[in-house]
Amino acid sequence: MTLDRRRFLTLSAASVSAAMLAACGGDAARLHPLLDLATRKNETLERKLFRSGSRNRPPVDAGVAGESFPSYFVSKHMPVWDPAVRGAWRLEVSGAVRKPLSLSLDDLVRLPRISQKVDHYCVEGWNARAQFSGVRVSDLARLAGATEDAQYVDFQSFDDDYHESWDMASAMHPQTIVVIAKDGHFLNASYGAPARVHSPVKLGYKNTKYLTKVVFMPKRNGGYWSDLGYEWYGGT
Amino acid sequence: MSGHPGLVKRNHWVVRLTHWLNVIALPLMIGSGLRIFNAHPSFSRPGEGKFALNPWDGHEVPDWLTFGRWLGGARHWHFGVMWLLVVNGLVYVGFLWLHGEWRDVVPRRHDARDALEMAKFYLFLRKEHPHQGKHNALQRGTYFMMPVLGALIVLSGIAIWKPVTLGFVTVLFVNYKWARVVHFGSMLALVLLAVVHVVMVFAVDPYSLRSMITGWYNPRLSPEARNARPFTNLLPPTEDTAA
Repeated sequence: MTLDRRRFLTLSAASVSAAMLAACGGDAARLHPLLDLATRKNETLERKLFRSGSRNRPPVDAGVAGESFPSYFVSKHMPVWDPAVRGAWRLEVSGAVRKPLSLSLDDLVRLPRISQKVDHYCVEGWNARAQFSGVRVSDLARLAGATEDAQYVDFQSFDDDYHESWDMASAMHPQTIVVIAKDGHFLNASYGAPARVHSPVKLGYKNTKYLTKVVFMPKRNGGYWSDLGYEWYGGT
Repeated sequence: MSGHPGLVKRNHWVVRLTHWLNVIALPLMIGSGLRIFNAHPSFSRPGEGKFALNPWDGHEVPDWLTFGRWLGGARHWHFGVMWLLVVNGLVYVGFLWLHGEWRDVVPRRHDARDALEMAKFYLFLRKEHPHQGKHNALQRGTYFMMPVLGALIVLSGIAIWKPVTLGFVTVLFVNYKWARVVHFGSMLALVLLAVVHVVMVFAVDPYSLRSMITGWYNPRLSPEARNARPFTNLLPPTEDTAA
């Protein structure tokens, strides 16, 4: 009896660790089924926990990161919109909407704008603060008349094929905005000019810069980093 | 009982199972956590300069201590195995509560004094091993602090995981940055206790290993019976003293 139990314990310990170690390869596409299950269950839990009423509010006297706010892009060179080559930049709001929009930067400037000092949470573990100004994605959804089919939103860019799709609830959060200015100045090229998405409710990599399209969709379509193996939800 | 003359049942199978599951889950969590840490091996925000409390701030942890190979992989492991650790911890603490065995680890009135006596004994300032029950006072303190640190690690982990959705947890640690500090610091403290624990098992009471595997313990081989300090009197006492 005692020996059996001892053997059982030793064997089960060994087999559990062996099963887990078998999955420790770096290839994200071949995640262990158990880890895959945990990731899916975690997403379900995270979406249940999500509240549109929760707010990120850094202390009033907290400073912003300013020029120290990190930046990156995935193209070979820093993406800069060249009107001579591509024509005037416009933001397209389309997909599951009754009235697709095509907005110039001037149009965006004229829309109701909010300004918020918020945290940017990077998947790497750091957070940085900035004063972001722009138009709520929920306002764009209302203007375009998003339909019942709009369950997900894809934020697309001209930074190569960079895009990230979001769940509707996170996109409709009042702190999720299409940013046109950071710390009181129009975005510069390194921070995603002319417009980017930003929200404290998503990890940094979900916040598409160099924005071109906001597409409402019935199904999700992954994303740049999500397809490389980072979790799709990426919520804070 | 009759099949084990002179032995006493020391550890219930729930305690043994949760103990060994911890032995699997903790290294996975610590390794993947260190892999995540290496993506930004600092507690400072960008532009803040070095974090004063960490002399190695900005330096990565050596690769061999990490697990999961890359940031995304380590995150999947961390957010997967965390459930094993949390459920395991709840089962253990729940068992201690329902089974009354919390009395073996929750601090008692004279624990501080008894711990001092144990320390004196280990430092050769006292000749005789202090009288003890199941654990000596230093063990009691350690086994009490381990689940306390575990709870602190889980709570600060939630604070980092959901700083906006569960922001009320994050403010318990002032903010996101300090929640990271607490998460890392309490992990270090737990690792320190675990290392001391393992060293002491082999240096003072290797016979207790049996009780953590089969559950049975021979009280005639206890450190008190052997008057054992670390690395001394490791062998069983001679038969006539045992009889």
